[in-house]
Amino acid sequence: MDRPVSYNLIKKPLEADISIVDMPEGQQGEGFFATKLNNVIGLARKNSIWPLPFATSCCGIEFMATMGSHYDLARFGSERVGFSPRQCDLLMVMGTIAKKMGPVLKQVYLQMAEPRWVIAVGACASSGGIFDTYSVLQGIDQVIPVDVYVPGCPPRPEAIIDGVMRIQDLVGKESLRRRNGERYKGLLESYGIQ
Amino acid sequence: MSLTNEIIKGRLTEKFGDQVSSFEEPYGMLTFEAPKELNLKVLNFLYDDEELRFRFLTTLGGVHYPANKGKELAVVYHLHNLEDNIRIRFKVFTDINQPDIYTATGLFSAANWMERETYDFYGFNFVGHPNLKRILNVDEMDYFPMRKEFPLEDQTRVDKDDEMFGRG
Repeated sequence: MDRPVSYNLIKKPLEADISIVDMPEGQQGEGFFATKLNNVIGLARKNSIWPLPFATSCCGIEFMATMGSHYDLARFGSERVGFSPRQCDLLMVMGTIAKKMGPVLKQVYLQMAEPRWVIAVGACASSGGIFDTYSVLQGIDQVIPVDVYVPGCPPRPEAIIDGVMRIQDLVGKESLRRRNGERYKGLLESYGIQ
Repeated sequence: MSLTNEIIKGRLTEKFGDQVSSFEEPYGMLTFEAPKELNLKVLNFLYDDEELRFRFLTTLGGVHYPANKGKELAVVYHLHNLEDNIRIRFKVFTDINQPDIYTATGLFSAANWMERETYDFYGFNFVGHPNLKRILNVDEMDYFPMRKEFPLEDQTRVDKDDEMFGRG
C-alpha cells in the first residue's frame, strides 16, 4: 500500500537499474551543454549531502532504520554519515534536547562550515513535544535556525526520508548568493551567531 | 541473632530518647524522624554502632510539603546495613525560609552528588558541603523547580495556548 509521502505519490517508471538525476534546464547542441552555474552546483550539492546525526532519543532509532538497507537513505546521496561537524552539510537533530544540551547543540552547529542546513526530526526537536517542562528546550529553533521540521513521535523512516528530500529541494534551489545576503546575516544575528 | 526493626528502634530511643520520633514501618521498612540539628549525630550513631552498622547510603532526597508550616522541606536518607541486609529511612524536616542542613559528605562520600542534586531541585543549604552548586539543571536557572509553587511546564513558551491544553 502506498503511504502518503511524496516519493510514493510521484510514479517514476524504472528505466534502468541505476537511476540518474535529471539534467538541469539549459541549452545543448552537439558537444556542448550550457546552463546556469547555480543549477549545476545545486545539483551536485543536493545529491551529495553529508548528514551529521545528532541523535538523543527514540527518533535516533528511527534514523538508524532510515540509514539501514531497507529504507536506505544512501539512495539520496547521503550514505556518508559524518560524525565530525566540520565535514558535514546537514545537521539532523533527532530527539529531546534538554536545556543543558542547548549550548552543546549550538556549538556543533557553529563548527559546521557554510553552507549548512538543519533538520529537526520529531516532535521534541521541533517543539519540545510532550516534554513541556522546565528542563527541556522547547524546540531547537530557540538556539539554532532550522530549515525543515519533520513531525511525528517518532516519525517513521518514510517521514525522515521525506524531510531529507525537502532539504534536497532547498539545497538544489538555493541561490549561491543567499549565504552572503543581508537577510541570512540577520537570521544568524537573531541567534547571536557571528 | 539477626537485626530487626525492633532492635534498631530500641537502640535509637535508648541513645536519643524522645528526640527520635514518628516511628513507622510502611511495607516493613523502618522510618523515623529527628530534629535537623541532630541529623549527623543520628547518622554517625547508625554508622558507628557495632550492632546497627548502617554504612551504606542508598540514596538521599528531598520532599516539599507546602501545607506543613514551619517544616515544609524534608531530607530523606535511605540507609542500608549490608551485613544484615536491612534498610531504614530517616527524615529530617526544616523550615523553607531557612533550609540549612548539615552535610553528610564527611560520613558518606556518596552524599556529595546526592546533596548537590537535592540542592539543585529543592534549594537546601547543606552546611559544610565542599561544592554546593547545581548538578543537573542549567547553571542559569534561578529557582528550585521541584518546589510546589513552581509549575511543571516551561514558562518561557508563548505559542502553546493554555485552552488547547486543558488548563485555561
